[in-house]
Amino acid sequence: MRISREEVQHVALLARLELSEAEETELVGHFDKVLSYMEKLSELNTDDVQPLAHAVEVPAPLREDQVTNQANTDALLQNAPERQTNFFKVPKIIE
Amino acid sequence: MDPYRLTIHQANNLLQSRALSARELTQAVLERIRATDETIHSYLTVSEKEAFVQAEEADRILASNDPPPPLCGIPIAVKDIILTKGIRSTAGSKILEQFIPPYDATVTQKLKDAGAVIIGKVNCDEFAMGSSNENSAFFLSKNPWDVSRVPGGSSGGSATAVAADQALASLGTDTGGSIRQPASFCGVVGLKPTYGRVSRFGVVAYASSLDQVGPVAKDIRDCATMLQVIAGYDPRESTSVDTPVPDYQANLERGVKGLKIGIPKEYFVEGMQPEVESTVRQSIEQLKALGAEPVSISLPHTEYATATYYIIATAEASSNLARYDGVRYGHRAAQSESLAEMYRQSRAQGFGPEVKRRIMLGTYVLSAGYYDAYYLKAQKVRNLIRQDFLNAFQDCDVIATPTAPTTAFEIGEKTADPLTMYLSDIFTIAVNLAGLPGLSVPCGFDDKGLPISLQLIGQAFGEEALLQTGYAYEQATEWHTKRPGI
Repeated sequence: MRISREEVQHVALLARLELSEAEETELVGHFDKVLSYMEKLSELNTDDVQPLAHAVEVPAPLREDQVTNQANTDALLQNAPERQTNFFKVPKIIE
Repeated sequence: MDPYRLTIHQANNLLQSRALSARELTQAVLERIRATDETIHSYLTVSEKEAFVQAEEADRILASNDPPPPLCGIPIAVKDIILTKGIRSTAGSKILEQFIPPYDATVTQKLKDAGAVIIGKVNCDEFAMGSSNENSAFFLSKNPWDVSRVPGGSSGGSATAVAADQALASLGTDTGGSIRQPASFCGVVGLKPTYGRVSRFGVVAYASSLDQVGPVAKDIRDCATMLQVIAGYDPRESTSVDTPVPDYQANLERGVKGLKIGIPKEYFVEGMQPEVESTVRQSIEQLKALGAEPVSISLPHTEYATATYYIIATAEASSNLARYDGVRYGHRAAQSESLAEMYRQSRAQGFGPEVKRRIMLGTYVLSAGYYDAYYLKAQKVRNLIRQDFLNAFQDCDVIATPTAPTTAFEIGEKTADPLTMYLSDIFTIAVNLAGLPGLSVPCGFDDKGLPISLQLIGQAFGEEALLQTGYAYEQATEWHTKRPGI
């Protein structure tokens, strides 16, 4: 196997995903299959190739730093799972 | 003819001559949805009330002396990954099951400005991750040509709604083939525009360096009309490109005389369905008879496209989907002890299995120690793939390939092995990696009566040549007039 259960658990921690034991088992197998397929890329010598992040090259557009949208707190909070006055409410962070 | 069977250009003629009202057309499409959607399952949300308001506004404009906008009174379906103000937009995910956007995507706003009636939101694979619609968190849309088969994905509902006459046209998104492959499976026209041609503002992000919005339509003329409406620079979307939008209708009838059509040998390979190969080759012969000149070309890095795509797309997805944390919107797990636990559980409960797989894979290829081997390597190979196309376009004007290696497969046929599913996109993925436009045009049927399509690939911002080629082909054939018997 190209990746262990412990590595899957570590990646899940980085990704903030709680996984069941069954999901971990499935992912060990899935990673093995997909990573071995991806190893195909190592056939290619890319020492002199530049990485490409965006296929269509455009300069980063600049604009004035001006507020263009109107403040609408209620609209922004309307989908909040929990709110208190004008704030998003989350579980306690500091003990 | 029943009004729901009309194309946009046919409906425009009837609406403008007042032989049909926008309200009647909307009514007919809504009745069509009611009559057929229990079988096809295209729609996650039908926005009947809003549709009638928009239809009445269209009728007011049509009755006035003002020239009507291009989609005045035309019922359009929108993929549920595209935000619609006040209308639920789920992206096919449980994590957004209750999400009501407080604003419109730029493309939604452009549809409204063009007078369209937004009839509803159509199904898709969760966060556009899938090739069959089987990853929708809600239900599976069925292929109208054979309901035991998948419609393709991820814009499955966008394709089924148009193929089953439940909308006159629709919007989809395409990250690795998600407009073209379902359009092919359902026998309708689908276009992925050039990266940067259409704004993604207000479109739920999957893989930001690949995602594009585009139309699904009943024919090429309608496709050109839809592209005209949605294309253009958007100051709110910094990757949209500020370059003039041509008049796509103006030169639609230009023909293909002297057009060089590149045929890449890597796209006619062993393992593909023989009828797909023979049918696509026939359509190229047809284009030759119309005056085009086929030339053999090579895209030598084609076989590396799928691996490259799944590294880049999953890496970007893992980053984009970090925003679903149960804090500002979306599902939140009940009774978490801590913030960290709330993140982990909200995401575990809200995301489906394929989304989890891709987040995990993307996180892995970006993680310390693996970044160079996977992500950086894939970005370099991406450059080689793009260079293949630039080289090929030295010798041809457009490239012709099959859209997909097979016709629509059976429900459940590929769900057991995600890698097999990934390989159903082999002919569409490279186009996204290179940022080019791709058009899927119906070109025949296999012996089971399932649609086959020709894919035309153009140079960056070369949509015009694709539409002209597709139009010339369509005028010489009758495939675009075929509809499933539903």
